[in-house]
Amino acid sequence: MNLTISTAPHIRCKDSVKMIMRDVLIALLPTTAAGIYLFGLNSALIVAVSVASAVLAEFVWQKLAKRPVRVKDLSAAVTGLIFALNLPPTAPWWMAMIGSAFAIIVVKQLFGGIGDNFLNPALAARALLLASWPARMTQFVLPTYFSGADAVSSATVLSESGLQARYLDMFLGRIPGTIGEVCKVAILIGFAYLLIRRVISWQVPVIILAVVALLSWIFGSDPLTAILSGGVMFGAVFMATDYTTSPMTAKGQIIFAVGIGVIIVLIRKFGSYPEGVTYAILFMNIVTPLIDKYVAPRLYGEVKKHA
Amino acid sequence: MNSKTKMSSVFLNGVLTENPTFRLVLGMCPTMAVTTAAINGIGMGLAATFVLIGSNTVISILRKFVPDEVRIPAFVLIICTFVTMVQMLLQAFVPSLYESLGMFIPLIVVNCIILARAEAFASKNGVLASAVDGAGMGIGFTLALTLIAGIRELIGAGTIFGASVFGGGYEPMLVMILPTGGFLTLGILMGIINALAQRTEKKRIKKEA
Repeated sequence: MNLTISTAPHIRCKDSVKMIMRDVLIALLPTTAAGIYLFGLNSALIVAVSVASAVLAEFVWQKLAKRPVRVKDLSAAVTGLIFALNLPPTAPWWMAMIGSAFAIIVVKQLFGGIGDNFLNPALAARALLLASWPARMTQFVLPTYFSGADAVSSATVLSESGLQARYLDMFLGRIPGTIGEVCKVAILIGFAYLLIRRVISWQVPVIILAVVALLSWIFGSDPLTAILSGGVMFGAVFMATDYTTSPMTAKGQIIFAVGIGVIIVLIRKFGSYPEGVTYAILFMNIVTPLIDKYVAPRLYGEVKKHA
Repeated sequence: MNSKTKMSSVFLNGVLTENPTFRLVLGMCPTMAVTTAAINGIGMGLAATFVLIGSNTVISILRKFVPDEVRIPAFVLIICTFVTMVQMLLQAFVPSLYESLGMFIPLIVVNCIILARAEAFASKNGVLASAVDGAGMGIGFTLALTLIAGIRELIGAGTIFGASVFGGGYEPMLVMILPTGGFLTLGILMGIINALAQRTEKKRIKKEA
């Protein structure tokens, strides 16, 4: 009789990195499709180049470093896709390639590979490109590729009906922005899918959006515009929920989410950049080990120290 | 003991084995600050080399007269003398380099490589050996700075020593001449050099075994 002796845990669930990553990819599908539909073929090219170079970079690096090749866990593909959705639709293909390779090799693999990176690879790559080619990275166009010239209502005067039309435009993605961030309805579909599949919990995205709305309102802006514009929703759902770079405990995640929301509004209101989602999430990524240290649950049997 | 091989090993120690930038990780402030263009790297490196040779020599000559308690102020005074000389020479003969290095020339006084070599080598060794150590460390520093600066200038501006390399179509990757690019370049180069050093070390151990 062949008995195996192994250490705990003995009960395993079927969840694996690959399954989670596949769920994230599925959740990103509506956003990707909406981006390509709104902005046209160049965004499809960017997505393809970005995913391909992320996967290739991971494969080549793991071969060269003589590490086990784990391309099949799909995490590189997710990084490549999220990074592509963070690029403006006018970006040239070589920028997608450089960014993806940087995300995988420098941000992820040099720090130990999956689970050991201290920054979100896609966002770090976006920050690198923002510092490298600032003009190209902020060249946003109206999504008029398939639907003709007057897809965007140019209502600068926010009358009551104008405001409502504007909300609808922002919700459906008829505004300029990066490939993935504009179509809010697609992001929400992806969010719902991730929640149903229990890949992420609702707290982080919802708290980020709530804090952004509340603080924007306090500073005198329209709260709904604040969460429907820019990359807040995309960042909150797909990038602030990254397992590796967000805190482990529920309490820590709340601190993390509030921090992101506060920094976003501070950068938008007082910073020299119009949008601060990238830097807000990257900053809280860096703070994550500290948060984990201070909100660590007490060990079983541990006695509280008296100072 | 033949002194020729000893001198060459002292020299190579500074250039390779204990390269101040990549192995001792000293002098990081000028390394980050001036390596935005290859010419600045060479200029800074050579200025530091001059100061290193001079200060090492003088400190070695005076090593038996300077009381232990006041050796650091004495070292700094000697270093200051040579830095002032370098500053005046640069200002007179290469004003463009003087302009671009700016306040980092007087800051050579507090460059930790120079003080480290004074303390760790010149105050304990003979005059010739100290001068050779200064030259080795200085050349090692110069090579390291030029390498970092060359890479940063090439990618960040598309030029090398001011000459265009990739032609007009190249869009420079601005981040490389920003501080971020300096840290990235230094870190990656240091990683490569550590990997190479580990490999040669393994080979050496195998040979000896």
